[in-house]
Amino acid sequence: MSTSLAPDFAGRITRPVGPLVIDIAGVTKLYKMGTEIIHALRGVSVEIRRNEYLAIMGPSGSGKSTLMNMLGCLDTPTAGRYEFTGKNVAHMEDDELADIRNREIGFVFQTFNLLPRSTALANVELPLIYAGLPPSVRLERAAQTLHNVGLGERMMHKPNELSGGQRQRVAIARALVNNPSIILADEPTGNLDSKTGVEIMALFEQLYEQGNTIIVVTHEEDIARHARRIVRLRDGLIESDGPVV
Amino acid sequence: MTRLLYELTESFRIAFAQIRANKMRSALTALGVIIGIVAVTLMGTAIRGIDIGFERSLAMLGDDVLYVQKWPWHNVEDWWNYQNRPPLLIDQCEELNRIIAATPNSLLEVAVPMAQRGSAVKVGENQVSGVAIFGTTAQYSRLMSVDFQEGRFFNETESTSGRQVCVLGADVGEALFPSRSALDQTVLIKGQPFTVIGVLAKQGSFLGLFSFDAQVLMPINAFRKYYGIRNGGTSLRVKVTDKTRLIEASDELIGAMRRVRGQLPGDRDNFSINQQQAFKEQLDPVKSMIALAGLFITGLSLFVGAIGIMNITFVSVKERTKEIGTRKALGARRRTILLQFLIEAVSICLIGGFVGLSFTYTICLILEHNVPSLPVEFSANLVVVSMAVSVITGILSGFMPAWGASRLDPVVALRYE
Repeated sequence: MSTSLAPDFAGRITRPVGPLVIDIAGVTKLYKMGTEIIHALRGVSVEIRRNEYLAIMGPSGSGKSTLMNMLGCLDTPTAGRYEFTGKNVAHMEDDELADIRNREIGFVFQTFNLLPRSTALANVELPLIYAGLPPSVRLERAAQTLHNVGLGERMMHKPNELSGGQRQRVAIARALVNNPSIILADEPTGNLDSKTGVEIMALFEQLYEQGNTIIVVTHEEDIARHARRIVRLRDGLIESDGPVV
Repeated sequence: MTRLLYELTESFRIAFAQIRANKMRSALTALGVIIGIVAVTLMGTAIRGIDIGFERSLAMLGDDVLYVQKWPWHNVEDWWNYQNRPPLLIDQCEELNRIIAATPNSLLEVAVPMAQRGSAVKVGENQVSGVAIFGTTAQYSRLMSVDFQEGRFFNETESTSGRQVCVLGADVGEALFPSRSALDQTVLIKGQPFTVIGVLAKQGSFLGLFSFDAQVLMPINAFRKYYGIRNGGTSLRVKVTDKTRLIEASDELIGAMRRVRGQLPGDRDNFSINQQQAFKEQLDPVKSMIALAGLFITGLSLFVGAIGIMNITFVSVKERTKEIGTRKALGARRRTILLQFLIEAVSICLIGGFVGLSFTYTICLILEHNVPSLPVEFSANLVVVSMAVSVITGILSGFMPAWGASRLDPVVALRYE
């Protein structure tokens, strides 16, 4: 956890980046909407390294969501190269992609997407079940992760017994529990009030400082400014890509 | 492999949570399966009951007895060839017995003549009509598979001298002498007095067609005196020594009968050898048809139940599209999603099957208690089969929706509201 870098203007530290995690080059994505063909991405190239804290921004229709789905291995490109930690995922089958998502990617959704009838603990345990870990290991790791996001006391609560901020913490714990290469957060504060939103962004900051790689997709400038680098999309192309100033 | 096990455990947990959360819906869906399972298992029980009744009836014929008759027990096209066969006569039976006695290691034990006529039996004002009157010899007691309620069978002397004695079937005895012993009482048969020397134990009816308890047995010489021996009115029953060698015994009997009836080599047999096995072969296809039709019709109700399951699984998949998307994002494979919904469908079916089977069991108990003559049989087999049917129903009906769920595009599923 050592860092020799000087804090920036806001007193934040920026960790040195590690090896390449995501390597996207010349990616396009076409959708058919009835008879109309929509060019969601028109040739996007982006490299993301370990220990980065990246925000993807853009107005609706910019291809932001498509790029996020691509980064999260939920979708594959129509053309172009996509390598995830050196593995070519552009042409993988459904189940191979599922395994990548399980091991390498932690999703945080705007609407939390918790299983309503399962406890916080069971929700966090879910990715570990899909990873094939035995119950004892699962329980221990899920409990530890919930503890780390400050929900050690509420493990046996169901989502409807938790506040919005707490629900998002459960979702973040679920994203973290399998030690993924990247955390992919889609409008993580979109359904929260601003005070809770600030708390959640503070949690992301903390996670980043602990060595996690975080990608936040947002349309809010304030949220994007928490990151160290912002990629802006417009009309399926990258408009700008650079550090937060 | 262990991963699959963990996924299965999780799927069962989710399935039961889901059923608990939608109690009414699950109960109504299960009801369809319950009705189907009750219908099918009751039908199965009935078929099994018919089988048992059939076996019991056949046992009344005796599995070690060959019947020598003018007519075979199966339908014949060329009835005229049988019509003109010479009758079977009592002295032919005596001749047959002589041959049997003279044959070393004969597979045949003894032959008895049986003459039959329908008649009424009277005691004072009491009259029972439609009784089967049999005339036979004392040897018949060796062929009987039924016990005596009281008294005995007539002996050799009574038989040959044609003494007016008789043995009553259980129902005849019960009807003529309610709540008192029939022994040594006199009954009128065709206006002639006969002394009752025995009453048979209850046997039941043969395939529900005619009752073995509505019969009266008397010495054939007495029978002959009052009824005469009509053409073809007599038949022979032959007991075999070893019922496992029935076919050889039958062959021996054919040879002996041909000698008795003075048939030349090359002549066609002018008599038929019948046995319960042939009867069984005759009736088995009919039985299978009834069983098949019954199972098909009741199977339809189970099919309707299965459609209910399919429907509810489709609804469940639709409702939880977003959850499917989330699970896929978290690393659930197609197989995982498929299993999850299949297990939900199978769980409802299993619950339905279990409840349905309990109903069937209760109904069987009630029937057994109130209608003892109805042969119902609730077997362990039925439990296994109906549970297997439940599981298969669940899998078949749940497969289509579950398959659809497993192939959902995670992007589309996540966006679903």
